[in-house]
Amino acid sequence: MKVCVTSTGRDVGSKVDERFGRCQYFIIVDTDSGEEKVLENQGIGSSGGAGIAAAQQIVGEGVEYLITGHVGPNAMQVLNAAGVNVYRGTGLRVGDAVESLKAGQLEQITGAVPPHYGMRYGRGV
Amino acid sequence: MKISVLSGKGGTGKTTVAVNLAALLDGCRYIDCDVEEPNGFIFLKPRIERSVEVEVMVPRIEGEKCSACGKCAQFCYFNAIAHVKGRVILFPELCHGCEGCVLVCPQKAIQKDKRVIGKIEAGYRDNIECIRGVLNIGEPVGVPIIQELARFVGDEKISILDCPPGSSCSVVNSIEDSGFALLVTEPTLFGLHDLKIAVQLVEKLNIPCGVVINRSGVQDIIVEEYWRERGIPVLGKIPFSRDAARIYSRGEMLVDKGRFRRYFEEILDNLKGVLSYEAGSSY
Repeated sequence: MKVCVTSTGRDVGSKVDERFGRCQYFIIVDTDSGEEKVLENQGIGSSGGAGIAAAQQIVGEGVEYLITGHVGPNAMQVLNAAGVNVYRGTGLRVGDAVESLKAGQLEQITGAVPPHYGMRYGRGV
Repeated sequence: MKISVLSGKGGTGKTTVAVNLAALLDGCRYIDCDVEEPNGFIFLKPRIERSVEVEVMVPRIEGEKCSACGKCAQFCYFNAIAHVKGRVILFPELCHGCEGCVLVCPQKAIQKDKRVIGKIEAGYRDNIECIRGVLNIGEPVGVPIIQELARFVGDEKISILDCPPGSSCSVVNSIEDSGFALLVTEPTLFGLHDLKIAVQLVEKLNIPCGVVINRSGVQDIIVEEYWRERGIPVLGKIPFSRDAARIYSRGEMLVDKGRFRRYFEEILDNLKGVLSYEAGSSY
């Protein structure tokens, strides 16, 4: 299965980025082949709708599972439409988060946080 | 002639200056462009005769025509359209109404719908024409309303534009094509900081400007040096006064109170002087 983790750095030892739409990197791990891929988040520079852009990017990579901190309402709508399962990886390192997911230890996120939560409620417009 | 009243910093007295000058200018037009909090009518109390809704374009995707090619989503700079797994999802509140998606759709599957974002109200206080834009609560972008307000400006009489605070899109759209920018400041470091940004903006747009110092007093020294250095004329001062604050807080006009009227008469005299100088120097 293909798992995407929002990451603060470029390797699996980095911490999970709490933010989805404006995270620094996506680390995509194929748990079957063990292959890893690091992508820069294309949504981070958006003036608005960062979560929507980020969601499209990872869906385009064929991701089935997402591990992050919080997801906003618009991004959640896109992820739901694409059938991506979202799990909370707050406080973990990227590699550990993937192992925890495989072990069934992560909490699934179904609800969205308010818009711009990752910007600490600042205006993103 | 369009005269814009702006400040950079909020709460310096734009509306106070704009409505009181409008009251002294016989037969002028007052336009409240601060569409997020249009409060000039609290003071002018016009009888509202007309109210028109302001609409923006929002795309509507006709499902049966859409081939889910994703060209619209690729084009949209504001991420108002998402394309995933053969589905197109619309986020109307992010749309800026550019109509680009309509143009790029090869199936002609995107129709132009309208969405109301606010209204424009117009009426009179005696012979002062009063117009204001009102943005609906929760709407993120007021610029389309400000652009509609700009259409009311005409050459047949003076228009006083009460601008929003700040110096971003809504202010740029309000002050474009102004004959003069009246900058209202207060003698504080905050006031000076934001005013310098406002000055840069009006200079970039080639609009001549002058300044009014509100809540004037011993602290004026904080801002005065800047005017002198930049050669920006001071058109008047309104004293820091508990009485003025009391009149303002009741929603009354300072020009209706004998003691304060003269400060606005002085601003107006100086403004006329600067404007005739500007008119002369353009020949």
